[in-house]
Amino acid sequence: MRFLNDKTLEKLRSAGAVPDLSGTRYTLVEFLARGGMGAVYIAEDQSLKRRVALKVLETEDPEGTLAGRLLREARVLVQLEHPGIVPVHDAGTLADGRVFYVMKFVEGAQLDQFLANVPVLSERLRLFLRICEAVSFAHSRGILHRDLKPANIMVGAFGEVLVMDWGLAKILDPRWSGNSNRDENETRFASKPEPGANNQNTQATGATGDGIVMGTPGYMSPEQASGQIASLDVRSDIFSLGKLLEFMTARQAASRTGKLPRALRAICEKAAATNPSDRYATVSALADDISRFLDGQPVSAYRENLLERTQRFYYRYQAAILLILMYLAMRVMFVLYPRH
Amino acid sequence: MAPKDSFALGGGDFPATRWSVVAAVRSADSNERSRALDALCAAYWKPVYKYIRLKYSKKPEEAQDLTQGLFIELLERDLLSRFEPGKSRLRTYIRLCTDSFVLNEIKHAGRQKRGGDSVHFALDFPAVEGELSAQTIDPASIPSPERFEEFFEREWIRSLFSAAIDDLKELCAARDKQSAFALFESYDLSEDEHLSYTELAAAHKITASDVTNQLAWARREFRLLAQERLRAICATEEEFVREAKILFGGDR
Repeated sequence: MRFLNDKTLEKLRSAGAVPDLSGTRYTLVEFLARGGMGAVYIAEDQSLKRRVALKVLETEDPEGTLAGRLLREARVLVQLEHPGIVPVHDAGTLADGRVFYVMKFVEGAQLDQFLANVPVLSERLRLFLRICEAVSFAHSRGILHRDLKPANIMVGAFGEVLVMDWGLAKILDPRWSGNSNRDENETRFASKPEPGANNQNTQATGATGDGIVMGTPGYMSPEQASGQIASLDVRSDIFSLGKLLEFMTARQAASRTGKLPRALRAICEKAAATNPSDRYATVSALADDISRFLDGQPVSAYRENLLERTQRFYYRYQAAILLILMYLAMRVMFVLYPRH
Repeated sequence: MAPKDSFALGGGDFPATRWSVVAAVRSADSNERSRALDALCAAYWKPVYKYIRLKYSKKPEEAQDLTQGLFIELLERDLLSRFEPGKSRLRTYIRLCTDSFVLNEIKHAGRQKRGGDSVHFALDFPAVEGELSAQTIDPASIPSPERFEEFFEREWIRSLFSAAIDDLKELCAARDKQSAFALFESYDLSEDEHLSYTELAAAHKITASDVTNQLAWARREFRLLAQERLRAICATEEEFVREAKILFGGDR
């Protein structure tokens, strides 16, 4: 039996992990990322001469449980043709027995990395609105994402926003699901909390209620964390969006003012309310409130007092108010110092 | 690859049933239990020996006795029947058994060795001692106390991969694919990071596409053989999936 030094050991681990693309029209370019269920590689489609992202299971899967889940993810994605959702091109089984699917290769950055270069709050909120559009579209097709978090949002080179990793998606409306199975008994726990997550609710480690815990601590809703899978609805994703909004606005909260505008804070709190009935009923309602905030209008999540209303009115019509004030000041000057 | 009817792990052939070793350790048949222990021993004796040598700073002779003693203890006291797959990994359980056994032996130093001469494992300790010397030639490479768990895991992977390479060599010989093994050896087992497929093709007097195909085959078989060995020493499907991710995946 030969001795393998550490360097060779690492080489073997990588070589063993590399997907065998023989017999496919793809050639491997390089490793891209690793997720809970599989690894993603950049490959080149030899027929179309373009780069694609190839997601493959990390392990052999004789029971077919993981393979079924990966294929199900591909089928879910096929149902979701939207500019904010990464399109799937192909799926199948590799020569090494592992299931794979091929999707568009998105050149860009994960949301958390991208935000480092976006200091302006309004730009961040417009980015958030685009995430809401994609999630809202999925909801209209009867599909919950169930794992919305910064690592699953990509921002492309031209500012396009893509919601990725639909491996935990739950199908609410079978009309849109092909022949995918419901997945109350499937399980996956992300290995570590996401950046910016409030970890107060990250301790749910076991199955309770009528299902098994799936999702990412810090971003999954309390009902999801407690395993009530059957009762999940769009409000579970809205909770995650609320947490995502908190994450996206955290830099603003830590900036010179030290806190978020109250209306925006109220939107975050309403979206990520512990009780689902206290949250927005739809993603569109959440997005509407963000749009109203951006336009300087009152938001449904927050009741303003007179002073705040006046302030908001002033900020919204600041230019017009200043012009009127200047005009009035000039008129007063004319009255006080009339031409002789 | 055609499924094997049986495969050799350590002592003798072992039925290729799923989760065979862990299940067989609990078998009522003492022969089956003994063979299962041989298989387990084949997978774990090297990590256990190195772990005892470094963590407890034992001399080679003492570490050899303790390593043999541990596996005898596992057999005689039927310790593996207490292993609960739902609660931990087998690897962790064996490491904890090692700790407990060594500490107990230190406490009762000088007492008569268990098992007498009735059970003996033929283990190549001098070869492992050579490996350990090479590994610890740089004092900085000796793990700190809090990193022994990680060290044990790494040695376990090293042991499993070494065995899988031997399996691959046998398989290549049986299928008249020695050239594929030679390429695997030259490329994947070599420390040369700059070797290209073209250079390899020239050295082996074949085309670059042959190199690609044969290496892909060898890697695929290596992966399957390593997973086959892994499966034999895992208690459940979940444990297998988790451990396979450690072998080839991201949980490093």
